[in-house]
Amino acid sequence: MATIASETVQDNQARLPEGWREEVDASVRWPVTAFIASGAFWLVIGSVLALIASFKFNHPEWLVEQGWLTFGRVRPAHLQTMIFGWISMAGFGVLTWLWARLLKTDMRLGWLQLVSVAVWNLAMVVGTIAILAGFSRSIEWVEFPLFVYVIIIGCIGIGAFPLFEMLRRRRVRHLYVSIWYIGAALLWGPFLLITFSLPIYEGVAHATANWWFAHNILGLWITPVGLAAAYYFIPKVIGRPIYSYHLSILGFWTLALFYNWAGVHHLVGGPAPQWAVTISIVFSVMMVIPVVVVALNHHMTAFGSLKAVLRSPTLRFIVFGAMSYTAVSLHGSFMSLRFWQELTHFTHHTIGHAHLGVYAFATMVMFGSIYYIMPRLMQWEWRSSGLINLHFWTTALGIGTYVVALTIAGVLQGLTLMDPGASFMESQFITEPWLYARSIGGTLMTVGHLVFGYLLYSIILKKGPQLDGPTYFAPVLRSETSSADSAA
Amino acid sequence: MIRASVLFIGSLAAILMSFVALSVFPSVQLMEIEPTEGRIDYNFAESQGRQVYMREGCIYCHTQQVRPDGFGTDIQRGWGTRGSEPGDYVYDFPHLLGTMRTGPDLADIGQRQPSRDWHLAHFYNPRSVSPGSLMPSFPYLFEVKDEAEVLASDVTVTVSEEFAPDEGVIVAKEDVLNLYAYLMTLKQDPTN
Repeated sequence: MATIASETVQDNQARLPEGWREEVDASVRWPVTAFIASGAFWLVIGSVLALIASFKFNHPEWLVEQGWLTFGRVRPAHLQTMIFGWISMAGFGVLTWLWARLLKTDMRLGWLQLVSVAVWNLAMVVGTIAILAGFSRSIEWVEFPLFVYVIIIGCIGIGAFPLFEMLRRRRVRHLYVSIWYIGAALLWGPFLLITFSLPIYEGVAHATANWWFAHNILGLWITPVGLAAAYYFIPKVIGRPIYSYHLSILGFWTLALFYNWAGVHHLVGGPAPQWAVTISIVFSVMMVIPVVVVALNHHMTAFGSLKAVLRSPTLRFIVFGAMSYTAVSLHGSFMSLRFWQELTHFTHHTIGHAHLGVYAFATMVMFGSIYYIMPRLMQWEWRSSGLINLHFWTTALGIGTYVVALTIAGVLQGLTLMDPGASFMESQFITEPWLYARSIGGTLMTVGHLVFGYLLYSIILKKGPQLDGPTYFAPVLRSETSSADSAA
Repeated sequence: MIRASVLFIGSLAAILMSFVALSVFPSVQLMEIEPTEGRIDYNFAESQGRQVYMREGCIYCHTQQVRPDGFGTDIQRGWGTRGSEPGDYVYDFPHLLGTMRTGPDLADIGQRQPSRDWHLAHFYNPRSVSPGSLMPSFPYLFEVKDEAEVLASDVTVTVSEEFAPDEGVIVAKEDVLNLYAYLMTLKQDPTN
């Protein structure tokens, strides 16, 4: 480990010119900005779709006249725009920036990424309209028509090519842990999409493949990028190295080996081969190892830097996300157990859990990353710490309300269903107040997304006052600036 | 880590293993499975109806899998007589097992509720037959015709006054009739 550290130092001193960060940032400026802005666009679209779907639970007679607004079309359109629009595209921007910074290497084929982002957006438009128009494939997590995924796979490939080209010219020898996660995700994402698109499944086997795929899109495409960002930004903003290099190796390889086996726990008690379900439950529980390892590494690094967490927008979002990752993963391991599945499977509990993962963890980490990245790309500061604060609290309270409401609703729903004396309708009635709470949480989050969209628009067009220093929640003492996230 | 090749080969090997085990193996294992006695492939109207089921996103609230005795209360609720088995699904692509029960399980709905009048009224407005239901109405699967224009071949729908249009007769469109035909294939014992 000591040799690696000294090699990295040598790399820096021997080869890197003054101002390499600005040079590297400039080379990825427009591709990364385009990916992040596109992601934010789909975030807003996805939020509108989510709110429509949520309000329909409160008023089932609302917007029923047109087919394209029926619940069963709006809901998959929401999921797909959030997964393949927001989190994948914003994630691609964030991972590209991290990749360039960590390899200390400029991007030469940025135009390929611009092509990727343009075609990807087009595919998203076509796919979303297709679902609303009645062409959903009705396969959870892959509702777009098949050709849309073929295009998206192509876009990931075209977008990843410039990154692999940079790997060959990299100006560091040692690859930081964030690079492992990103590099692996760039293989895993397309691998999952390609293998699940093969025409080799039917009947029950299609269901096992479906959940192998869907859980892995979360675990091996979205999660690694979130973890890569947390691994970079927590030590970076606090200004101290990651707690343990060896734990990061252990955390990565155990995730790589365990996570991809976990998905079939979605079919407990169903007609799927029980050996497959049992394997998935075992690996779901084994996921405790990478999760605790990563949690130790992140939280021990952030531990004792409460001031920085309060002051830095980046850190506040990312620490929120990292804590959510610990929570959602341990909850997930527990949820896979048969006795708990008997109660909560088929209920709102699962929906709450999914949002704890994709939103409270992955989305919040993306927000934090973007707050760090954009000022460096645009050479311009965020216009208002008050608005960032508003964004944080609306989304944090919104997702908190959402997850608590659905977690409780699901347990109550499950308990009612487990009681053979209770009528089925009672299991629905008991959730209704919590579904109102869900709509309130969702509305708060959507307000936050509009604020975020406005801030992003302002910084890309360099609107607002020209500020001398970074936008923090609280004033920073001069002696602390070197370690905090200034735009330099 | 210093070598990127170790990372890439290791990551691919890891996912390849679970892909083979959890996606390919079950396909191979279930390839030769016999359909449940009496189950036959969907006819044209039924497969069109299955498309409507997919298009309108029924899976987001309804499962099609009965839990076995001792795991949940499906059988006590009358949702089926046995846990669902792979043979019940041999003609299904995509699978429509579902993951959510905002509404009840439908694996045996053809047995439990065979009435066409009930289903059509329920699709027109679920609250007309199931008070308090959160299911959306599907008025666009029906048309309202003047009484004089109703053909002898039209299937009309009767709902109570509260839910009926101010004037005219509710006529079921082909899509919803196909959807009904599909639902009637959902039986644990298709010979029944």
